[in-house]
Amino acid sequence: MQVASSVRSIPGFSLLAILCLVILYAPLLVVMVYSFNDSLSITIWGGFSLRWYEQIFFGLEAEKFQKAAWNSITIAFMAAVVATTIAFSAAIGVVRTSPFKGKNLNISLLSLPIMVPEIVTAVATLIFFSMISFKLGYTSILVAHIVFCIPFAYLPISARMQSIEKVYEEAAMDLYANRKQIFRSILLPLMIPGIISGFLLAFIISLDDFIITSFVKGAGVETLPTAIFGSIKQGIKPDIMALSTLLLLVSTILVTISYFLSRADLKNKLN
Amino acid sequence: MEPVYHQKRAFDPLRTWLLLPSWVVIGVFLLIPVGLMLLISFMTKEFRGGVIWELSLAAYDQFLFDRGLFGDDPPTIQWTYIVIFLRSIVQATIATIFCLIIGFPTAYFIATRDPKNRTFWIFLVTVPYWVNLLIRTVSLKFLIRDNGPINEFLLSFGLLSEPLGLINTNIAVQLGLFYSYLPFMVLPIYASVERFNFTYSEAAADLYADKWSTLRRIVFPNVVPGIAAGCILVFIPSLGAFIAPDLLGGAKNFMIGSLIEEQFKGNAGNWPFGAAASMILLTMVLIALLLYTRQQAKGEVR
Repeated sequence: MQVASSVRSIPGFSLLAILCLVILYAPLLVVMVYSFNDSLSITIWGGFSLRWYEQIFFGLEAEKFQKAAWNSITIAFMAAVVATTIAFSAAIGVVRTSPFKGKNLNISLLSLPIMVPEIVTAVATLIFFSMISFKLGYTSILVAHIVFCIPFAYLPISARMQSIEKVYEEAAMDLYANRKQIFRSILLPLMIPGIISGFLLAFIISLDDFIITSFVKGAGVETLPTAIFGSIKQGIKPDIMALSTLLLLVSTILVTISYFLSRADLKNKLN
Repeated sequence: MEPVYHQKRAFDPLRTWLLLPSWVVIGVFLLIPVGLMLLISFMTKEFRGGVIWELSLAAYDQFLFDRGLFGDDPPTIQWTYIVIFLRSIVQATIATIFCLIIGFPTAYFIATRDPKNRTFWIFLVTVPYWVNLLIRTVSLKFLIRDNGPINEFLLSFGLLSEPLGLINTNIAVQLGLFYSYLPFMVLPIYASVERFNFTYSEAAADLYADKWSTLRRIVFPNVVPGIAAGCILVFIPSLGAFIAPDLLGGAKNFMIGSLIEEQFKGNAGNWPFGAAASMILLTMVLIALLLYTRQQAKGEVR
């Protein structure tokens, strides 16, 4: 029987796939559950409570966390806007022009920030800023974030750009549309889902970064990850679990939006 | 046949201007800094963290040789840093193997589902990747620490007489790396299995090949590029990882990332040495990438 011996289903693989999901989610779920634990001890379950969420918003360290959150969000927003713009512009240059020498080199350059290990980028950027005597702080974090956000914005944008056939712009050119018109009435509207998706991924990546930020932040400026890292050096406290849960939810919601955008996209293409 | 147009495309004249911002930003803020880092690795260290602009091979020399406290003893091989690098390679390799053991079956299982369900499964695997790595590692630490939920559970059922004592061991670091980069293994393998044409395996089944030999001899060779991509995506970040060894490993299980970080924190640092260690790490990564591209190129010829 062909069906019975089909290599499509291998016994045990389904169990391993489920195990994989359990491994990926168990630690996150446990932290989420314990962030609602009333007990002061992080080990004993003392009933459901929102006291740790209250603490991060109104407690002793609330001001520190709010400042860090503000830095994180504003840096992530600006870095994502700039990186998405640069990536969109580069994607038009690479994807929507006729084949050219150095095309692969350009693609490699755009993915370079992912290839170089984060700690190496961190060291190199720190050395760069101190050599040019640039004061470490908010701006140096922002600049470093723009660089490593570019590939994350570029990937969904170029993928989307490749799926738009060139017949549209050829037809427009036959009808004597100029470049500005092609850009405004063809390319940009078709690219919106890709641009939003690229922006969201860049935003999350910036929001999550710890290593590079900790090297180039200087004294006094904190983002949420560096503030969390500073706190857990003295042990995992329940309020950190509440903060982590919030950050975890933000990332998950943004990824989900990005996922549904690309899915909605797929459906439109199929129809 | 489709006619071939040698027509200029609308955005051709603007290409240089479109690419320029990415060249400038990545060039100025990544390529030049890496060049500066290479330069610094050949300079002399200043005592309060910084450099003196005098050419010196001291950083690389310190990496390999021990010349005593005053630098005038006959050189003996300095094992401390070599051991840290070897440990990093071993840890990254073990993490990669474990990711493959769990990641391959997962990717294979997902790729052989109904197309409608595949994207949802892949979505589930991807979400944890986008969650802050620091938070994920802290969560893992919370789960496996001596009085954490796993140990409490095992102890209360009498399955253990004392806690596992995982924290601050090599095993905890491997677990951390495995947990951090597992999604990276699943995605490329999934992509290559999904592209595999299953009529080949059905032909093998018609010829009375059993499942395992079909998997081993027909499917496996065809998805090797995906496996190689997955391994490289896990191995490279594991090699330079900082968060997992720092939070889960403690001082005895130092890896390259922590060694580098230490050179740039506070006054005890040594910038040229940190730069040299970073250059060695970067070289190792480039070698791994080179081996990978050669392997992929060979696959395409076949």
